[in-house]
Amino acid sequence: MLPESKVINFMGWRKTCATISIVLLLASIVSLATRGLEFGLDFTGGSQVELGFDRPADLSTIRSVLGEQGLENPVAILFGSDSEVLIRTQDALSDGVLEQLEEGLASLSDSATIADVRNAASDQTQFSEVLVFNGVSESALRSADLFDPRYYGRTQIATEGEAVTVAVENALDNVYSQFLIDALEEATGASINLRRSEFVGPQVGEELRDQGGLGMLFALAVVMIYVAIRFQYKFSIGAVLALVHDVIIVLGVFSVLRLDFDLTVLAAVLAVIGYSLNDTIVVFDRVRENFRKMRRGTTNEVINTSLTQTLERTLLTSLTTLLVLLVLYFFGGELISGFAFALIVGVLVGTYSSVYVSANILSAMHLTKEDLMPPPKEGEEQEELAP
Amino acid sequence: MHNRYPLWKYLLILGVVTLGFIYALPNLYAPDPAVQISGQSGATTMDASTVEQVERQLQSQGIEYVGVELGENAVLVRLASEDEQMTARRTLQESLGGDFVVALNQAPTTPDWLVSLGGAPMRLGLDLSGGVHFLLEVDTASAIETRQEITADEMKGTLREERIRYNALEVEDDQSILARFRSAELRDQALALMEDEYDTLVFQTEDAGEEDFRFTAQLSETAISEIEDYALGQNLVTLRNRVNELGVSEPVVQRQGGNRIIVQLPGVQDTAEAKRVIGKTANLEFRLEAGPDTLVSMKEEFPYRSEADKQRFGGAELERQIILTGDHVANATSSFDAETNMPQVNITLDGLGGTKMHRATRDNVGRRMGVLFIEHKTRTEFETNEAGEQVEVRENYVEREIISLATIQSALGKQFRITGLESPAEASELALLLRAGALAAPMYFVEERTIGPSLGAENIQTGLNSVVLGLALVLVFMLIYYRVFGIFANLALGANILLLVAVMSLLGATLTLPGIAGIVLTVGMAVDANVLIFSRIREELKEGASPQSAIYSGYERAFVSILDANITTLLVAVILYAIGTGPVQGFAVTLSIGILTSMFTAIMGTRALANLVYGRRRNLKKIWI
Repeated sequence: MLPESKVINFMGWRKTCATISIVLLLASIVSLATRGLEFGLDFTGGSQVELGFDRPADLSTIRSVLGEQGLENPVAILFGSDSEVLIRTQDALSDGVLEQLEEGLASLSDSATIADVRNAASDQTQFSEVLVFNGVSESALRSADLFDPRYYGRTQIATEGEAVTVAVENALDNVYSQFLIDALEEATGASINLRRSEFVGPQVGEELRDQGGLGMLFALAVVMIYVAIRFQYKFSIGAVLALVHDVIIVLGVFSVLRLDFDLTVLAAVLAVIGYSLNDTIVVFDRVRENFRKMRRGTTNEVINTSLTQTLERTLLTSLTTLLVLLVLYFFGGELISGFAFALIVGVLVGTYSSVYVSANILSAMHLTKEDLMPPPKEGEEQEELAP
Repeated sequence: MHNRYPLWKYLLILGVVTLGFIYALPNLYAPDPAVQISGQSGATTMDASTVEQVERQLQSQGIEYVGVELGENAVLVRLASEDEQMTARRTLQESLGGDFVVALNQAPTTPDWLVSLGGAPMRLGLDLSGGVHFLLEVDTASAIETRQEITADEMKGTLREERIRYNALEVEDDQSILARFRSAELRDQALALMEDEYDTLVFQTEDAGEEDFRFTAQLSETAISEIEDYALGQNLVTLRNRVNELGVSEPVVQRQGGNRIIVQLPGVQDTAEAKRVIGKTANLEFRLEAGPDTLVSMKEEFPYRSEADKQRFGGAELERQIILTGDHVANATSSFDAETNMPQVNITLDGLGGTKMHRATRDNVGRRMGVLFIEHKTRTEFETNEAGEQVEVRENYVEREIISLATIQSALGKQFRITGLESPAEASELALLLRAGALAAPMYFVEERTIGPSLGAENIQTGLNSVVLGLALVLVFMLIYYRVFGIFANLALGANILLLVAVMSLLGATLTLPGIAGIVLTVGMAVDANVLIFSRIREELKEGASPQSAIYSGYERAFVSILDANITTLLVAVILYAIGTGPVQGFAVTLSIGILTSMFTAIMGTRALANLVYGRRRNLKKIWI
């Protein structure tokens, strides 16, 4: 336990820490600008399937099988354990089937094309999708045996004017994931089950990205207003800069380490804002109290005293939070690990920033006793000091 | 300085914790694996004989079951083990036939006395229960276009009645109505008439030259948002009905934002089937058959929908004017005419639909009325772009076909029937189409997620383990660091989780994996308030305060900090909820509830305990903190 009588000279390190912060910020910004973030499926759109193997998966075999299939730039990575594999592609999974069908068609006739894929009509209750073919006859399609019932389920082939339509029972993306599983089972000799499959339209992803960024800005604005009302504008500048600092560094770490940035990570980043703010507010609260209570002392002395007094609490809370986050990171499963990691970084940076960014800024702005004396007639002063 | 609580405060805390315990309790009862049998349509009835048939079938196949319950519209079979679920489903579906839907289900086992108190377990999100999630986009632009088409037709009718000649009246590409007249006088006459009639339209005049005087009518912003709202609402209802056809236990059909709908089907694995049922996009229009004196510009030829009719009749000409659309069809059933014993379809319209139908048919007895079936379909084409890449071009198009053309026998109202159908099968299909057709605007899938059941179970397990382990670590830590007060904090922490679970169960909030992460985070952060208070008490003690006054001022002074810190976090959580979707919202919900409950337990709860233990001792010399 800390000897309370001794005030730690936190502000003595302020310049060193400011330098460290600036270096970290610059590194983060440079990385974000050059490498960007590895946006996950939530934000980019595309498809992914998670497969569970009954034995350790051989990624190179899997990748070569994927290469033979009709998808563009598929990525396969281990997900959580060595028997779980995540396959991701920029396309919709149904594109893979269409690609294969086109290959099959090419052997039938040169002019055969897939003209359209549409929803099945309302009365075709057993079918999910209808493929429309041009340049091929109904009989040729029937005899070609392109639609394996194992994958497509029931099919109904009909001629509709110039075109031939094939209504299929199973939706094309389901057909394709089954294709994939069968091909992989054959190549690896493992038995595979489909654990998860996701498709996100590109537009949805884009919207989510905009919304997320907007939400973050909005959160910062609300925080700024609240702190300005409850404390004083210098505090709100300090708090918001600390939050911006934390957010940029967390994003920077994700960019440098090339970690997947998905919706849960976005939630974590926003939670970091909440957490770091919590820390900062507690410190501010004490600074405010001490400014009113302590008769003597320079700004830095008051801040040092306040930081010393709140240090125990700051460290303890960070510690308990880190404890549970580490548990979440190591035992919470792969789906939540990005979330936990973002928060771990965020708690560390947030704890540091509540001392060396927010308090530092209070000191840099020469917070005085008068700033905290009600009533706040600060109109003119604000104009002078506002950056 | 009083470290005493009045009795009511103790009672309040005790009461809240007891309530929390009761409402958290249902979560401890593991659900039974079950299958649910419901009718394919509303017409299929469930009764004791169905139950009997189900039981017979289960017994003959040697499937062990715990109970068979007859609900309002479904029969629920509780099975002895999960392994039998698939077998039970298959055998029951085969023996019952196509009129019934057999779906996998999880039946809650909450005891009756808890249910009667309103207790229910938390709902599990798809990432925990397994299932499918769809995001559908409603094409609201087409709903607006339909509305303008109808208005344009009404305008033409009014102008004809008033004998005001117009040169053209059409809906433009930008969805405004453009009317052209030969003289300014005629135009202004018409305009005055229309301005009276349509307060949702914004009119503008324009003189385009000699003998070309125009006005345009655009929907006002509020009218547009009303139509969009209506289209979305109507589609929501239709989707709910369709989803019910799937017989899923607890489906979610929910609006998201301005033009999207979320559909979540827990436990469903067959995405193909789900898509088949949900993806149907169709609508109806009732129009009069064109008479011999109908102007060419006022009629349109449509093909028949059924293949046989297409061969026989080719097509029929209907008026362009729409009497009403499928949005107004409240119900449609097939039955037999009591006198002739011929199949018929009974249609019920909503109030507005009845009025419109009556107005349109009273003067047209003896003429024929056609029902058009309209489907919005998507055409996907592959084109090679400039860069030589194959790109997918999706184009939406509309198919309109006649499903019925029948003579109007008398003025129709809210309820009428279509007779003259050839077979009961035809009648039931027509009824199905009339029911299914009530979508106000077409929809498209923009997102799809499927979580396997094994992954869901795994997620629950890992989530639970994290909560337990995280909690244990924090409890031990607090105990070592703050001793007696650590016990207070730990009891409060336990109560906090209890309350969090209870509130979530009561609100019917859905627990998701990020939600569990939120709980874990709450556990870590919930002790913050206590750490603040306790470290303040220690400070006071070091400065020489007496234990009683240290406890008192510790709580008093820390309160402001706690309040400020938590309100700001709460604000962030609320913003998270507002901007977020699915996982983000799940997290925001647990985080906000966690903040609120932890304020209660960490401040009031621990204070009550401290008061109870130390408050009455006048000469308290030392406290263990």
